[in-house]
Amino acid sequence: MKLLLKIAFRNMLRNLRRSLMTGSAVAAGALALLLFGGFAAYIFAGLETNNVQRIGHLTVFRADYFLLGAGNPAAYGIDRHQEVMQLIERDPVVGPMINVITPTQSLVGIAGNFSGGVEASKTFLGTGLIPSNRERMRQWDEFRASAGYVPDKRMSDEDPSRGVIGVGLARVLGLCAPLGLHGCPALPAARPSGRSAPAARQELTDLAARDLAPDTQASDRTPQIDLLAATAGGAPNVVQLSVGGAEPQGVKELDDNFIAMPLGLAQQLVYGRGEHKATGIVLQLHRSEDLPAARARLTGLFRQHHLDLEVRDFGELSPFYGQVVKMFSSIFLFIALVMGVIVLFAVINTMTMNVMERTNEVGTIRALGVRRVGIRAQFTVEGVLIGAIGATVGAALALAIAALVNQAGLTWVPPGNATAVPLRLDVAGRALLVVSAWLGLAIVTTLAALLPANRAARLPVVDALRHV
Amino acid sequence: MAAAAALVTATAAGTSAAVVRLQRVAKTYRSGALEVPALRGISLEIPSHRFSVVVGASGSGKTTLLNIIGCIDAPSSGAIEVCGADIAALSDDAVSDFRARNIGFIFQTFSLVPVLSAYENVEYPLLLVGMPQAERRRRTLAMLEAVGLAGQARQRPNELSGGQRQRVAIARALVKEPQVVLADEPTANLDSATGASIIELMRRVQVQSRTTFIFATHDPQLMSHADETFVIRDGQLVEHHAGAAR
Repeated sequence: MKLLLKIAFRNMLRNLRRSLMTGSAVAAGALALLLFGGFAAYIFAGLETNNVQRIGHLTVFRADYFLLGAGNPAAYGIDRHQEVMQLIERDPVVGPMINVITPTQSLVGIAGNFSGGVEASKTFLGTGLIPSNRERMRQWDEFRASAGYVPDKRMSDEDPSRGVIGVGLARVLGLCAPLGLHGCPALPAARPSGRSAPAARQELTDLAARDLAPDTQASDRTPQIDLLAATAGGAPNVVQLSVGGAEPQGVKELDDNFIAMPLGLAQQLVYGRGEHKATGIVLQLHRSEDLPAARARLTGLFRQHHLDLEVRDFGELSPFYGQVVKMFSSIFLFIALVMGVIVLFAVINTMTMNVMERTNEVGTIRALGVRRVGIRAQFTVEGVLIGAIGATVGAALALAIAALVNQAGLTWVPPGNATAVPLRLDVAGRALLVVSAWLGLAIVTTLAALLPANRAARLPVVDALRHV
Repeated sequence: MAAAAALVTATAAGTSAAVVRLQRVAKTYRSGALEVPALRGISLEIPSHRFSVVVGASGSGKTTLLNIIGCIDAPSSGAIEVCGADIAALSDDAVSDFRARNIGFIFQTFSLVPVLSAYENVEYPLLLVGMPQAERRRRTLAMLEAVGLAGQARQRPNELSGGQRQRVAIARALVKEPQVVLADEPTANLDSATGASIIELMRRVQVQSRTTFIFATHDPQLMSHADETFVIRDGQLVEHHAGAAR
C-alpha cells in the first residue's frame, strides 16, 4: 500500500496541471455541496426552531380534532385536561423529556372595534394560551438558530384580558393609531350602506355591554376590542380583549385573522360557565431528537388509559415546514447529482489520459509480476487521491467561507417569517454533512477511476509493452 | 549457418538441465480476418546457467518467442515449460506470481518506472515477492553497487544516461535472483561503446550469479558472447549452435 500511495502521489505531481484541474473540479463540487448544505441545514434549523417556539414539538388533541375540529374547536375540547397533563408530566419516560407543557384553546369568532368613532368588525382565528408558558417556549433554541430571545411583555399571567393581534387584523379593526403601528393606514371614513350592518354592530355592542362586568369596561389606555363567539353549547358569547400589541404573522391570511389571548379568556368565551376545557395540550421537548420516542410513548399511554386522544407533531401542524425541507432537499440532491456527474467525468477523463500515457509502464510492471488487481489498485488509488485532496480542499474552503459569511452580519427574511434573521451557513456544526459530502465525492472519484483502471488492468502485457 | 532452412529441434548440449522447454509452439496473430503466423511449431530446450541468444531478422519471431518464454504471451498451440512449470496450466494471477519469482526482464527501451528513483526501481521486484525490508535494502544496494550505480541511487530515470538506465534495468532484472533473465535487444538503443560495456556487465553478472540469460538480438557483439545460439527465420528454428558453458 505504501508503494501504491508513493507511486500515486508522485504521478499526481508529475501531471500537476492535469491533477490540479481535476482536483479543482472535485473541490468545487465539495464547496458547492457544503455551502448549500450548510445553508439548507440552517434553514431547517431556523424553521424548526420557529415552529417549536410557537407550537411546540407535539400537541395532544381529542381524536379527530386535527381533521375535523377546525370548523368548531369548542366541540373538541379535552375533558379534564389538567389531569391529562399531570398524567403526561408524571410519566417516567416522557416527563423528563418535557421542557414546557401547556394547554391551548383554539377558537373562531368575530372581533369588533366600536370605540373612538370606529365601527369595524372582522372574523378571527384565536388561540388561548398561558403567557408565561409562551415566554418559556420562545426561549427554546436547541440549534442556536434563533435571532435571540427578547421578552414579550404585551401579555402576562397577571392580566387575564390582555392579548396580541395580527397587524393585518389591527389594520382592519382601525387600531393602527392606538397601537402606534408604522406604515399602517387608517380606516377610511365609514360610509352608510344600508341599515342591517350598523344594526348588527349595535347588537354586538349591546351584547358586550350586557355580558361584561362593569369593572372590565373601565376606561383603559390600551385599546379594547369585543370578541364574539359561539359557546360549546351554541349560544353567543362576548368578551372584551385589551389589545396589548400587534405582531406580524408572516402569512397575510393569518395576519388578518390572528388573535392570541390568555387561556382563561378564551375558555370563558368558548365555554362560558361550563367546564373550561382545552383543545390542545402542547409539549415542547428539551431535544428534538426525543420527538419520535415521546410521541410513541404518549400514544401508548393514552391507549393504556383508554383516553380518546391523539398526538400530532409540529410537522403535521405546520405543513409549510415539511414543504420547505422537501424543496431544499430536492435542490440539494439536484446540485449533488450535477456535481457528481461533473466530478465523474473529470476524473474519468484524467485517469483515461493517465492510463494511455502510461500503457507501456503498465506492461512493464505486469511483466515484473504485478497482478491485474495491482494495476487496478494503482490507478484507482491515484483517482481516489486526487478526489480526496480535492474534497478536503473544498471542505476547508467551505468552512472558511461559511465562517466569513457568519461573521459578516448578513440578515434575511426566511419564507413564512415576518422579521429578518441572521444569515448563516451552518457548515462547521454539521459534521455529518461534511463527512457525507467528502465520502460521496470520494466514492464518485473511486467509481470514476475504476473504469480506466479496469481498462488498464485488462490490457494484454505484450500489447501494453508495444504501446508507444 | 545452414543455407537451407531445415527445421531444427534444438536440445541442450552438455550436462546442464533445460530451464525452458518448448514443444511445437506456434503463435498466430489475428487482425480481423487476416492471420499472421509469428511462430510455426518451434521445439527447443534452453539449458540453464547459459548465455543464450536468439537471433533472426526483424519480423522473424524472436521477440514473440521471448515473450512466450517470459510468460507474458501465450502460444496459440504447443506446450511450454519454464523452470519446470507447465505455464498453460497456470491462472493469470499464478503466471504473474511465477514471473515475479522466476523471470527477470531487460527491455530495449529500459522501461523503468519514471516516478521511482534508481534505488526504488531496483527494489520494486523485491516488494512484489514480499521480501523483508532489511534484506531488500541489502540486496538493492549490492545490486546497484554491482552495476556501478551506487552513487546514482536517488536519481530518477530522467536524470540518468541511456547506459545508466539500462544498468538500472539490469539490476532490477537480477536483484530477485531469478532463474531466467530475458533481454530483448538490450543494446539496441545504446551507442556501441555503451552497448559493449552493458554486454560485458551482463556477461560478468551472469557468470557470477549463474543465471540463465536469453537474448533476442541482432547485435554481433552480443552474439559473440553467446553460449547457445538459436537462429529463427520466418517463425521457425532453423539453426542451433551449442557452446560449452563458461
